[in-house]
Amino acid sequence: MRLNLTINGAQHTADDVWPGESLLYVLRERLGLAGSKNACEQGECGSCTVYLDGVPACSCLVAAGQAAGHEVVTVEGIGGGEDELHPVQEAFVDAGAVQCGFCTPGLIVAAHNLVERTGEPSDEEIREELAGNLCRCTGYEKILDAVRLAASRKQEAGT
Amino acid sequence: MTVGTPDNLASSTRGGVGQSPRRPDGTRKVTGQFAYSSDLWHDDMLWGVTLRSPHPHARIRSIDIGAALATSGVYAVLTHEDVPGIKYYGLEENDQPVLAVDTVRYQGEAVALVAADHPETARRAMHEIVVNYEVLDPLTDPVRAALDPEAPALHEHGNVVRHQPVRVGDVPSARSRADVVVTGEYEIGMQDQAFLGPESGLAVPGEDGGVDLYVATQWMHTDLREIAPCLGLPEEKVRMTLSGVGGAFGAREDLSMQVHAAMLAMHTGRPIKIVYNREESFYGHVHRHPAKMRYEHGATADGRIVYATARIVLDGGAYASSTTNVVGNAASLGVGPYIVPNVEIDAYGVYTNNPPCGAMRGFGAVQACYAYESQMDKLARELELHPLDVRRINAIHQGAAIATGQVVDTPAPMREMIDRLRDAPLPEAVDSGDVRNLPGGVSNTTHGEGVRRGIGYGVGLKNICFSEGFDDYSTARVRLEVVGGEPAVLVHTAAAEVGQGLVTLQGQIARTELGVERVSIAPADTQVGDAGSSSASRQSYMTGGAVKRACEAVRDRLFQLAAERFDVPADQLSLSGGKLVSEHSGVLVALADLLGDEAIEETREFHHRPTTGMDPVTGQGDTHTQLALCIHRAVVDVDVELGLLKVVDLTAVQDVGTVLNRVSLEGQIHGGTAQGLGLAVMEEIQLADGKLANPSFTDYLIPTILDMPPMRLDILERADPNAPYGLRGAGEPSTLSSTPAIAAAIRDATGLQIDRVPVRPHDIVHPVTG
Ligand code: FES
Ligand code: FES
Repeated sequence: MRLNLTINGAQHTADDVWPGESLLYVLRERLGLAGSKNACEQGECGSCTVYLDGVPACSCLVAAGQAAGHEVVTVEGIGGGEDELHPVQEAFVDAGAVQCGFCTPGLIVAAHNLVERTGEPSDEEIREELAGNLCRCTGYEKILDAVRLAASRKQEAGT
Repeated sequence: MTVGTPDNLASSTRGGVGQSPRRPDGTRKVTGQFAYSSDLWHDDMLWGVTLRSPHPHARIRSIDIGAALATSGVYAVLTHEDVPGIKYYGLEENDQPVLAVDTVRYQGEAVALVAADHPETARRAMHEIVVNYEVLDPLTDPVRAALDPEAPALHEHGNVVRHQPVRVGDVPSARSRADVVVTGEYEIGMQDQAFLGPESGLAVPGEDGGVDLYVATQWMHTDLREIAPCLGLPEEKVRMTLSGVGGAFGAREDLSMQVHAAMLAMHTGRPIKIVYNREESFYGHVHRHPAKMRYEHGATADGRIVYATARIVLDGGAYASSTTNVVGNAASLGVGPYIVPNVEIDAYGVYTNNPPCGAMRGFGAVQACYAYESQMDKLARELELHPLDVRRINAIHQGAAIATGQVVDTPAPMREMIDRLRDAPLPEAVDSGDVRNLPGGVSNTTHGEGVRRGIGYGVGLKNICFSEGFDDYSTARVRLEVVGGEPAVLVHTAAAEVGQGLVTLQGQIARTELGVERVSIAPADTQVGDAGSSSASRQSYMTGGAVKRACEAVRDRLFQLAAERFDVPADQLSLSGGKLVSEHSGVLVALADLLGDEAIEETREFHHRPTTGMDPVTGQGDTHTQLALCIHRAVVDVDVELGLLKVVDLTAVQDVGTVLNRVSLEGQIHGGTAQGLGLAVMEEIQLADGKLANPSFTDYLIPTILDMPPMRLDILERADPNAPYGLRGAGEPSTLSSTPAIAAAIRDATGLQIDRVPVRPHDIVHPVTG
């Protein structure tokens, strides 16, 4: 089937899509948007997290066809690219929250959502909010640091 | 060997050794631009899938690929008959078939391959392959495999991969001098590395009949040595480039899809992409050896250990992988960081029909550590000593010997570490008003009723770099030239960046040694010499050492050049801020002007000091390059009515020799601690008759951010004069000590033995509540 998707504000078309393909597969394998990751493809790890109409969702659990007509924002759509990182992205690099980085794209979307929605989240809030994103490398300590740093920088900047 | 001490780290160059510059790959990782092995894509590529055995043990009577091959969209279906070269490979022994030949020895063993134009087409065709199996009884009890001569032999040379004894002194007579004796039987379940980035990669057929492989691995050159013979190709026709690695932790030391993808590429003449899904990943790599251990310690009334015995049986599963060396570690570190004058250890690694086990962070030392630390707690209880005191009384120190007779000849500040941990602040009493602080969390299972707090300790001793006489080395090529009017350094190695931050450190070293800020790291590939494995906490030491040496060689050439041009003695020159400085006349020349169009390039190897093997009868020998200590205190709240628990606090003291990059270092200690927590309370591959019951992240649990407590670190720097910059490898020790510390805290809270990890809810509930 032919699929029309709105991703990061731009229109994309994919042809010959098999109905069983997930949004994650279409993003990664058909549209060249490999930022969203495929650590489990079962909704357990959060590495594939994207915004679907402004709400974080596991793109591995969404059939690609279901995303037609909805706004999809992926990690590639957060910030202004490599020269213009979003404060959350900046903080992840500064705080050492990135090791292998396979969990990072999903965590960036989840943490972006948290920081954009709340002012300065408490540690308990950060933990609850990011509980769906597995990271095997960091033990999460520096991920907490990164979210705190992003939130406080954002407060300071008054944005 | 160049000896460095922290004193010469007074580097003025920004981003040098001792600082924490940003990761060079950080920006690409946070924007989604960094290409992992599963992200690769090639015009015209096909997808490869692997048919795996459903049986832990079976003979293959026949394989019918006809229907699979006839499926539209399918380009190849391959079996062992299509392996172009040698049909077996392995890290230490060539015992694992590329594709099963006539027998399968574990559930998940690769049997056949399919290439098709869509992964779903390939999967459907795979199910059309008909394999006729004669199912055999699996041998799944490792103790039986080790000790019962009647057990069926799974390999020609029997089931014992290695038996390593350690014998010191005279245990029977020491036993008669002991005032207290404690014994225990301990068990560790099978842990999975559970890296997030699945096994994956791309094989592109070359015009010369060779193949280009883009894969995520830990050690490209050893891959190459295993892959090329299987493909029937000379090594130079297999060109490997490291693609982005989504974590490793030991699981990428063995091959997974490398030969398979290359075979399909050579057969079809098309690029082949293989990506395992999570379930296949559980079958597609080795795990941590589960262990059954029997220990006995005797001590005098003043707390001194007079003897220890241990029988450690490590289940290596169907193929050898790195079992030989895992046994070496378990044996040589079998009584841990304690002075024990009389020792009898027997460590076995065996074949069974369970999944193959091999390298995982901590590598043989983890299993023993859980057992000997549990014994320390038992001793403390018997002797009515504080758990830290019994450890302190028997602690190794510089000048003392471990069980192999190897004298610890560099700092081993265990007593200081114990004292510092004793003084570390404890967390506050639990605030029962907020369920998020309680076991069970927002599931709202308790408001504090039935919750008991326990405190426990663990100390771990880990060998750093490869041991037992292995000539472990790394190679680095460093090039200095002027780019856009500025001096710039390019560092090229084959070392695998698996997340640990080696790319950052390589840049730091080049900046410090050459006084140049602009450093790039070339993609790691096999066009440069062997860097050894990203394992055994060795890359800062080994590849760090090689980069340092190559930089020094470049610097020597620069100084020669300047000495000739300016007629000054070369030994009075130094580099700072991109300029050449002479002791007497100050700034001589800017590097860019000195170099002009010339590039200076040097390649150097770095070998660590030689080690010896273990004596096959007594286990004695100077087998380890470097030893590292970490000590943990765990505070755990246990709901004894439901068996739920919450690790409240983990505090660690670790000696790292010298801090080269504090942010990366802390990340390693945190990450290692988290994997130790996983082993203590949740992570286990569950097996029934050799079959995996939980190959998914739904059922194999790894710690989430809710499971991890705040981690406090106290990092000591007691430089090792043998190591580059005085560093001590730091990736693994925290994985050892966190597990027994958490187990001890649960013991403290419940009064139970806790002689098996991971601790499951019913291990707590049934014994406590009856
Ligand atoms: S890949 Fe979607 S949740 Fe893991
Ligand atoms: S950084 Fe590797 S999984 Fe999170």
